[in-house]
Amino acid sequence: MSAATGSAALTQTRQGRRAPGNRADGPSVWMAGPALVLFGVFAVVPLIGVAVLSFMSWDGLGDPVWAGAENWGRTLTDPVTQNAMRLTVVLSVATWLFQTPLSLLLGVFMAGRQRYRAVLSVLYFLPLLFSAAAVAIAYRALLDPNFGLGTALGISWLSQDWIGSPDLALWVVLFVISWSFVPFHSLLYQGGVRQIPKSMYEAALLDGAGRVQQFFYITLPQLKYTIVTSSTLMIVGSLTYFDLIFVLTGGGPGNATRILPLDMYLTGFRSYDMGKASVIAVILVVVGLAVSIGLNRFSGASKMDSQMEGV
Amino acid sequence: MRLSIGRRTGAMVAAVSLATVLAACGGGNQPGQAAADGASAWALTGGSEEMFRAQFDAWNAENPDQEIAVDWFANDAYKEKIRTAVGSGNAPTLIYSWAGGTLADYVANDSVVDITADTQELTDRLVPSVAANGQVDGKTYAVPNTQSQPVVLYYNQEVLDAAGVEVPTTYDELLTAVGTLKDQGVIPVALAGQSVWPELMWIQYLTDRIGGPEVFQAVVDGEEGAWSDPAVIEATTKIQELVDAGAFGDSFGSVNADQNADTALVHTGKAAFILQGSWVYPNFLNDAPELVESGGLGYTTFPAVDGGAGDPANIVGNPSNFWSVSASAAEEDQATAKSFISSQVLNDDAVDDLLAIGTVPPITGLEDKIEQQDNADYLSFVYGMVRDAPHFQLSWDQALPPAQAQELLNNLSQLFLGQIDPQQFSDAMDATL
Repeated sequence: MSAATGSAALTQTRQGRRAPGNRADGPSVWMAGPALVLFGVFAVVPLIGVAVLSFMSWDGLGDPVWAGAENWGRTLTDPVTQNAMRLTVVLSVATWLFQTPLSLLLGVFMAGRQRYRAVLSVLYFLPLLFSAAAVAIAYRALLDPNFGLGTALGISWLSQDWIGSPDLALWVVLFVISWSFVPFHSLLYQGGVRQIPKSMYEAALLDGAGRVQQFFYITLPQLKYTIVTSSTLMIVGSLTYFDLIFVLTGGGPGNATRILPLDMYLTGFRSYDMGKASVIAVILVVVGLAVSIGLNRFSGASKMDSQMEGV
Repeated sequence: MRLSIGRRTGAMVAAVSLATVLAACGGGNQPGQAAADGASAWALTGGSEEMFRAQFDAWNAENPDQEIAVDWFANDAYKEKIRTAVGSGNAPTLIYSWAGGTLADYVANDSVVDITADTQELTDRLVPSVAANGQVDGKTYAVPNTQSQPVVLYYNQEVLDAAGVEVPTTYDELLTAVGTLKDQGVIPVALAGQSVWPELMWIQYLTDRIGGPEVFQAVVDGEEGAWSDPAVIEATTKIQELVDAGAFGDSFGSVNADQNADTALVHTGKAAFILQGSWVYPNFLNDAPELVESGGLGYTTFPAVDGGAGDPANIVGNPSNFWSVSASAAEEDQATAKSFISSQVLNDDAVDDLLAIGTVPPITGLEDKIEQQDNADYLSFVYGMVRDAPHFQLSWDQALPPAQAQELLNNLSQLFLGQIDPQQFSDAMDATL
């Protein structure tokens, strides 16, 4: 979205010299029609529906009844939902802290043109091809304390109560999520690194910069927008983790991995408390939008200035 | 298991709101106003799927002008879809259910029709404690359509022999057996804690043995403080006593019933006992045929509790699954569904099909038929349990309204994990009444 704004601004500047109103060039606005209709029907209308439903009481049968702000009070004071909010924040921060350095380093490594790196890249990339449900089922089987990897290989420390212990489960979830998504973010960084002009490194080399210095003074600053993009995807994405956790732990043991999206689903489609589920949905939408807009503003990425000046 | 889930919040948000839109379009239920576009049914895959398929095939072959269109669903996917469909007036003509709280909701919303008169002949053949589950205020709104699924205490005889343990008949004997088995390095009782619902069987049986069926009836009736009944507190205390004694091993929270990891523990000899519904018996037959044939798989009723008020012959589980007839279907389609029920449901062919896969239908007078089956001993045992039970308690998560049922599973899971104590459990559950 930011890129689009950026190029629009650019076009504006160029058009400034022309006579106003002369917009015959470029595709017709009508071509955006189908996309807008789809967006309206499948995103905006349901969103309004959810917002309305969050003020109603409905168990899926019969007709919804107005409940005023009752759902909101009930949801915000519910210890299960409060715990879900806390877990969501913990998981967002932890997955970011865990995935970013890993993807960044892997991405830089994969950007090298050597053949063995290309082979390894293909291997790193594999997890991205698996569906989340398949990943979750596979991990559940591997981590089974009685029949899993630990028993098969005879490694006793691997036979922990990984997904059955409230203390361990969240960290297992964090690991599996990272395992699934690090390849994607590495790919972003690989692309980012490959776009950095060689001349910058040559100049740095002439100035006597070592590999580590090159990384910190050229690679990292040049990847600024890639980092912003990847972080936005990670953090907003962590507000929507659902399928993997649902299949892996189902939110358990107890409530140890019941993050907000899961809480919303279980409230809506297990407890059939649609009003409360809608409140959680509205919260997720608002927080998700706020975080992505905030990240863009804060990082200055909305301007998306070129980093290539003088090159 | 639900594998095809919306991947992102957007999809779920859309799902929630789609439900609203559907409800708005459906405009609630308008009995009899729908056009007759043929009767339909939604049925479940797995379990007794073959019997259902045979029934619908037979019906459609005999009644080409009254064909029933059948859609097939996986268990959990069905449970979520059916409620929205019923709520929006788009239900199939034949509604499959577990009776209990859901049926009560349907009746309260006039979503299903009274079929007392049309099913009298079938009801007369049914085991009364099972038929009772389909009745609300003395009228029949649902009839059993498949086998009875009482919860049975299975055990691996070879493991018990190796440890020198006798089959327990009381709770105290069970606790002693747990200690002996644990010292031998086996898991005394396999429990699929990750699935949570198997934990329900423990609290249900213990509460019934200690206080009788009245204790839970008070909960269903919504009596103030019903969850604080001394029988519930004693049951939850005993559960934590078992957990602390290591009855379920130290990793029951990772064991999942969907992949039969709990029954696998028993037939591989890693665990001695398992308390599970009779639907797991086909798993034992398939996964460990030599154990079953050699008589190594034992089965018994849940132990009595000394001084308990409940009849040790009482059972818990799923009395059966049920068919109801949708009120939003056209009169003609309702008539089709009713004749389907009276001609096909639990008829002789269906009974034979069910017995053949190692399950018992809730029909009286089957003793002679059962004698002729393979596994006649086991089938007679289960049949006797169902026939002679003074009370057949429907699984609590089905008996309660959905919101309370989820609270129950949630708190029960925490009770087993030791995160809350019996008093906190009762307090939390009382708050849902």
